[in-house]
Amino acid sequence: MAPVSTAAVEVCDLVKTYGTRRAVDGLSLRVPPGSVLALLGPNGAGKTTTIEICEGFRRPGAGTVRVLGLDPIADAATLRPRVGVMLQGSVGGYTGARALELLRLFASYAARPHDPVELLDGVGLADVARTPVKRLSGGQQQRLSLALALVGRPELVFLDEPTAGMDPQARRRTWEFIRRLRADGVTVVLSTHFLDEAEQLADTVVVIDAGRVVAAGTPAELTRSGAEGQIRFRAAPGLRLESLVADLPEGSQASEPEPGRYLLRGEVSPQLLATLTAWCAGQGVLADHLSVERRSLEDVFLELTGRELRA
Amino acid sequence: MITSFAPAPGAAPRSRMLAAQTSMEFRLLLRNGEQVGLTMVIPLLLLFFFNLPLLYSLNNPRRIDFVVPSIVALAVMSAAFTGLAIGTGFERKYSVLKRLGATALPRSVLIGGKTLAVLLIEAVQIVFVCALGFVLAWHPHGDPLLALVLVALGTAAFGGLGLLVAGTLRAEVTLAAANLIWLILLFAGGIAIPLTRYPDSAREVLQYLPSAALSDGLHQVLQDGRGVPIRALLTLLAWAAVALPAAARWFRWE
Repeated sequence: MAPVSTAAVEVCDLVKTYGTRRAVDGLSLRVPPGSVLALLGPNGAGKTTTIEICEGFRRPGAGTVRVLGLDPIADAATLRPRVGVMLQGSVGGYTGARALELLRLFASYAARPHDPVELLDGVGLADVARTPVKRLSGGQQQRLSLALALVGRPELVFLDEPTAGMDPQARRRTWEFIRRLRADGVTVVLSTHFLDEAEQLADTVVVIDAGRVVAAGTPAELTRSGAEGQIRFRAAPGLRLESLVADLPEGSQASEPEPGRYLLRGEVSPQLLATLTAWCAGQGVLADHLSVERRSLEDVFLELTGRELRA
Repeated sequence: MITSFAPAPGAAPRSRMLAAQTSMEFRLLLRNGEQVGLTMVIPLLLLFFFNLPLLYSLNNPRRIDFVVPSIVALAVMSAAFTGLAIGTGFERKYSVLKRLGATALPRSVLIGGKTLAVLLIEAVQIVFVCALGFVLAWHPHGDPLLALVLVALGTAAFGGLGLLVAGTLRAEVTLAAANLIWLILLFAGGIAIPLTRYPDSAREVLQYLPSAALSDGLHQVLQDGRGVPIRALLTLLAWAAVALPAAARWFRWE
């Protein structure tokens, strides 16, 4: 029996093995309707495998997957008109077709499609409407791919690395689209290895590594937990930091990663900043390039996995 | 400007999907230079050259009556086997079929669209081949409907084989194999050279090739004006009955 579910996507204890490698290793997640969930992780973390299982392209090795309450493979015919898909890395359409022609073809599959001309204009491809897909740049192909995912007015979209290969302007435009989808009640599942993308767009960020969920929550929850932040400054090299640490609250750390560049970790507060500047005054040094840094998802990821996100 | 992305999903009626899919596939075939060369230019050139007395004598005062049915068989093989195999093979390679699999388009409509596009290409081919034939004083005999049945069965047999190759081999291997098989069947499969020119023992085997059955059936009807070519029809039917289920069974979409 299928569990009664109100989630748009529900994945429980998903396992997928290729040979001896576990691409997905007991992953669970839940996407409430109308929300944006970002799967964040480095290449090879299992993002695409998870998404492609939800899309019905691959069979789960173990565990259950429910999409709009249905089985992605057994109920594919019912699900496909309701779900929009953006594949990773390729438009996956006839490469000899022209951009507008391909969008029109996909519109012809849907009962109440968006107007292809308006949608193509909306993703900023009006100028290349008559250009064959294979001659579009990588970023243009990504935008066409987004339009193809949306043309049938889906209620759920899977966007696998939607802004890979885009210039900053096109990324912003794509983000705007995703915000509008959310505002209009479309559920969005996207994968990314861009932290700012997950931070900017997602209601829920699921950080995955080696096929497992290592952390999940809102961007604020994820960056709030643990150490609060850090302060960087520059000054003459070789300052004696022991006396600074003695002045700081318990648990704070100070270090000099490079000569003349200092890093202070701890709960960043006005008091901490005042202590630091007072100490500098006492030492007779001028702190330069002083910056207060909030912990980013990148730091969270590094802490959780011990690895850089874009290694 | 799009004002709302509010969900309103649903699949279009199958008839609308089939019309759009057929039209797209047909336009892409006409736009692809290699496909046009393979399916249009080469058959017409071969029709012209095979009809020249200097190339080889067929001991036949009415050479053109032999050549036109051969070229019709070649045209069907080019479009339904080689053209379909290469086109579909590269669609697999470039994730076209995978992407289409994630839309509301059912596989049956995708296959239907491809079939109709191949039949449209064949219609254009046959019009051109027959027109050039008439210019070269071709006098067809027999029942044209029988010839059309042979073409339809030949399309099913070759189309099944083309999809089997495209769905199981890599695109580059498909490209090489489909062209090589085309060339072999052209000369050793009873199209360019009548099987009567081969030793009896070879003919016993070669006559069961789909190209030989199609070519032989078309010659019996159009050149000799004979009735129903039963063995040719049964041979093509057998190839279609094996190739189409095999393609459906082993076709890999990615």
